[in-house]
Amino acid sequence: MSAVPKKIKEIQFGLISPKEFRKMSVTRVITADTYDDDGFPIEMGLMDPKMGVIDPGLRCKTCGGRAGECPGHFGHVELIAPVVHVGFAKLIRKILRATCRDCGALLLDSNQKKQYLEQIRMLRKIGQPIEDITNEAFKEARKPKTCQYCGARQLDVKVEKPSTYVEKDGTHEHKLMASDIRSRFEKISNDDIEVMGMDPSKARPEWTIMTVLPVPPVTMRPSITLESGQRSEDDLTHKLVDIIRINQRFQENREAGAPQLIIEDLWELLQYHVTTFIDNAVSGVPPARHRSGRPLKTLSQRLKGKEGRFRGSLSGKRVNFSARTVISPDPNLSISEVGVPLSMAMELSIPVNVTKRNLEEVREFIKRGPDNHPGANYVIRDDNRRLKVTDKNCEELAETLELGWKVDRQLKNGDIILFNRQPSLHRMSIMAHEVKVLPHKTFRLNPAVCPPYNADFDGDEMNMHVLQTEEARAEAKMLIHVQENILSPRFGGPIIGGIHDHISGMYMLTKGDNRVDKNDFLEMLRKSRITEIVEPAGEEDGKPYWTGKNVFSQILPDGLNMTYKALLCENCDTCKKEDCNRDAYVTIRDGQLLSGTIDEKAVGAFKGLILDRIVKDYTPAVALQFIDDMTRLAIRSIMHFGFSFGINDEDIPDEASAQISELLEEAEMRVMDFIIAFNEENLEPLPGRTVAETLELRIMQELGKARDATGEIAGKYLGLDNTAVIMAVSGARGSMLNLTQMAGCVGQQAVRGERIRRGYAGRTLSNFNHGDLGAAAHGFVKSSYKKGLSPTEYFFHAIGGREGLVDTAVRTSQSGYLQRRLVNALQDLEVQYDGTVRDTRGMVVQFKYGEDGVDPMKSDYSRPQTIRRIIEDVIGKEVE
Amino acid sequence: MKNMKEFSLIGHNMVPQHILIPENEVNKVLKEYGVDKEQLPKIKLADPVIVEIGAEIGDVIKVIRNSPTAGEAVVYRLVIE
Repeated sequence: MSAVPKKIKEIQFGLISPKEFRKMSVTRVITADTYDDDGFPIEMGLMDPKMGVIDPGLRCKTCGGRAGECPGHFGHVELIAPVVHVGFAKLIRKILRATCRDCGALLLDSNQKKQYLEQIRMLRKIGQPIEDITNEAFKEARKPKTCQYCGARQLDVKVEKPSTYVEKDGTHEHKLMASDIRSRFEKISNDDIEVMGMDPSKARPEWTIMTVLPVPPVTMRPSITLESGQRSEDDLTHKLVDIIRINQRFQENREAGAPQLIIEDLWELLQYHVTTFIDNAVSGVPPARHRSGRPLKTLSQRLKGKEGRFRGSLSGKRVNFSARTVISPDPNLSISEVGVPLSMAMELSIPVNVTKRNLEEVREFIKRGPDNHPGANYVIRDDNRRLKVTDKNCEELAETLELGWKVDRQLKNGDIILFNRQPSLHRMSIMAHEVKVLPHKTFRLNPAVCPPYNADFDGDEMNMHVLQTEEARAEAKMLIHVQENILSPRFGGPIIGGIHDHISGMYMLTKGDNRVDKNDFLEMLRKSRITEIVEPAGEEDGKPYWTGKNVFSQILPDGLNMTYKALLCENCDTCKKEDCNRDAYVTIRDGQLLSGTIDEKAVGAFKGLILDRIVKDYTPAVALQFIDDMTRLAIRSIMHFGFSFGINDEDIPDEASAQISELLEEAEMRVMDFIIAFNEENLEPLPGRTVAETLELRIMQELGKARDATGEIAGKYLGLDNTAVIMAVSGARGSMLNLTQMAGCVGQQAVRGERIRRGYAGRTLSNFNHGDLGAAAHGFVKSSYKKGLSPTEYFFHAIGGREGLVDTAVRTSQSGYLQRRLVNALQDLEVQYDGTVRDTRGMVVQFKYGEDGVDPMKSDYSRPQTIRRIIEDVIGKEVE
Repeated sequence: MKNMKEFSLIGHNMVPQHILIPENEVNKVLKEYGVDKEQLPKIKLADPVIVEIGAEIGDVIKVIRNSPTAGEAVVYRLVIE
C-alpha cells in the first residue's frame, strides 16, 4: 500500500545490426523448399523445425517444445547483395544528402555540430522531441557544395520511386547501388551520427541497408492443410520463397560472371521482393500478388489498421459464450428479464459442477440431450476429457455421470446474463438480466429499459454474455442487476421508467374522474400482482364503479406519501392545490392517489418522482415490481381508452385558420413598420447593438411571438382531448412546439441563430427584390406542415434543416472524443472505503469523494431535500 | 511589470486559505488518511502562496477552500521543489 510502484523510465528503440540478426538466428535458410515428399520439413528450408513447429506431434529442434509450447525462433537468409529497407528510405535519403560522398563526414562545421549536439542533449534531458533540431541539422548539412573536411565536390541526390537513389552531375546521372550507400554510411563517425539524432551504439546508419534478412519463425506463418490434403502456405512464406529464389539466382549469375545489366536487374528484383516482404502497400511499387490476384498480406499489413495486430488483436478482444441479435419489445416481460431465442439458449451453456446435491438434476439435463431444451451440450470428466453429448450417447452418459465431473448445461429460464448495447457510454449500458427462453429469433426486452441502453427497435442489435462462474453470477446479481440500476448515478433519479405509451396510458387513466366498471377494473390490473378487489368508489346506475385514480392506487406500495405538482401544472400565481382545474396537484396518502394526474413527472424515465421515492424509501425490488405493474397497467389502460393519431388530428376549424393568417399578417405588418423605421433612420438601437442588429433582433422577436401565438390558437382549438395534445402535455412524446409547427405555423428558419441571409448578392433567392428585409425573404415560413410549404419556404426550411443535421453530426463526434479522453484520464481512480479518491498507486486525488462524500445516486437529484422530506413525512404536511 | 505594486495574495477572495501544518501535527494527518507524505497531492515551492507563507520542501499545507458541493473542503498538500 505505501510503496509507490516503479515507473518505466525509458524505452530504447534502435536498429538491429546484421551481427545481431545472425546471433539471434537459429538456422541459415538456404533453400526455398518447405516440405519433402513425405511431408516432413526440410532442414535449412523455410519450415526448418529449428524455427519452431506447427504440426502436432513434432518437437522443436531448438527448444524441444511441442506445437503450442514453442514460441518459435528466428532464422536468417544471407542476402547476396545488400538492399534498402523501405521503412528507412526517407532517412537514407536525408543522410545521403547530408554527408560527404567521399569521406562520410556530416557537412556542418564543428561549431554548428557542437551547437546542435548541445540542443539535442538538452531536449533529451527534459524529455522533449528532438525532431525539430535534427531536421534543421539535416537541412543545413544539405547546403554545402564541397566537403569542409576533404574538399570533395558534393553531388545532388535524387530519389526515384521508393528506394532508388541517383547522383546527378550536370547531365550525367549515376545510380547509387545499395552497397555503395552502405559503404558510404560506414564511414560516418559516431559524433556525426549523434548530431543526426541517432545513438551510434544502438542505430548505425548502415544498418538501414540490409545484408541479412531475418526469417520469421514458422509459428507466425503457419501453413494450413486443406480438406483435399493439399498444403497452403502463409503469405509470408510465399514471399520468403520468392526472396530466396532470387537470391540464389543472383548468386549463380554472379559466380558465372553474368553481364552487369543482368546483375542489376536481379538486384532490383531482390530489392522488390524484400520491399514487398516488409510492406506490400508502398506507393510506386506494384503490390505483390497471390496467384489468384489477391494482394499478399505482408509484415506491415499485419500490424497496420483497424484489423491489424495493435487495434484488432491487442486492443480488441473477442469472447466466447456471447450472442448478438436484433431486439424487439415485449411489454409483458419484467424489466429485469430478457427474451432469448430458443436457438441461442440451446447453443449457449453454463458449466455446472456435479455434486451430491445436484447429481440427479444434472443427470436429467444430460438425459434430455442437446436437442431437447433445457439439455446439456458437453460433459467434462474428472480427467478433463470433454465429451460431446449427442442423441445417441445421452442416456449412457447420464448413467455414467460421476461426482466431480462438469456438465455444460444449456441456458434456461432464470439464468443471470449480461446484456449490452453499444456504444457503452455509461455503466447502465451493461446490465444483468434474467433469461426467459422464447420462440423466434430476436432478443425481447421491456420497453421501459430502453432509456439506459438508449435502445429503440428500428433495427438495433444487442449483445448478451453468459456468465460462467458462480462468483460472476453473484456479483452481477448484486451489482449490475437491472433493479440495482433504476437510479442513475449521473443525476440521482430513475433512468428506468415509463416511456411513450406508458405515460399516455397513465395520463388518460388518472386524469380527472374516469370511471371504470368491475370488468375493466379487473382487466386493467390482470397482469399485476394485485389479487384482491378493493371497495368500489361508488355506485352508478346500480352498478359499482372505480375511478382511474383507484386503479392506479392499487399498484402503489402501502404507506407512500407524496405531494408535488405534475408536469402539466401551469404555474398559476396562486395554486388552487387539490382544486386545480387541470388536475395537476398530485397528493398521495398511504399509497392512495387522492388528487392529481400521473404523467411523465410521476413515472417517466429521468423524471419519475414517484419511482424515485419508491426506490429510495422502499427497496429496488419494490421499485422493480412497481415499474412492471405500472407498465402493464398503462398498456392495458391505453388499450382500454384507445389511442391513435392521424393527419386529421391536426385539423383546425376554418375560423382558427382565419385567425392564424390574420395574426401572421399583422406580424408581417409590424415587421414592415420596423423596416420602414429602419430605412428612415428612426429605429432606436438597443443598448450595445447597431441599428441593423436591432432591426434583426426586433424582427426575430416579433415573428417568434407570432409563431407562438399561432400555436396557442391551434392548441385551443385542438383541445385537451386531442391525442397529440395528450402526448405533449403528459410528456409522452413531442411538444407543443411540434404541434404548433404541424397545425399553426412552422416559423422562422435560422442559420447560426440568425435569419437566413446567404444566397445571391443582396437577396436570398432570385424571386425577391434586392435588399428586401421582409419576413418572407429571409426564411419565415408562414405555412404549417399540415398545409404544406411554398417553394421558397421549402428552400429555407431545407437550409435550416441541413444546419441542424451538420450540428448533430459534428457534436456527437466531438463529444465522443472528449468523453474518451476524460474516461482514459479517470478510469482507474477509485473511491476507497475511507471515502478518499485514489489512483492505483494510492495517491490521494480527493480527500473526500466529491468533497462532500455524497453518492449522487442516492441523493435527491443532488439537491439537499432529504431533511425537509423527513420532516414532512413525520408531521404529515408541507413545510415552507 | 516591474512597476507593479506588490500585494499580499492571502486574503484575496479567489485565494483559498493555506495553513502550514506544524511538524508535530503532520503525522496525525497522515495517520488519519493512512498515507505516506508522497501520496498527498503536491504543491510547488514556487507557488506564490507557498512563497508568501514561507513553507519549505517537505512541509504539509492545509488548504481550506469553498466547495459547491460541501460548502467548505479541506485538502492537504505536500510542498515539493
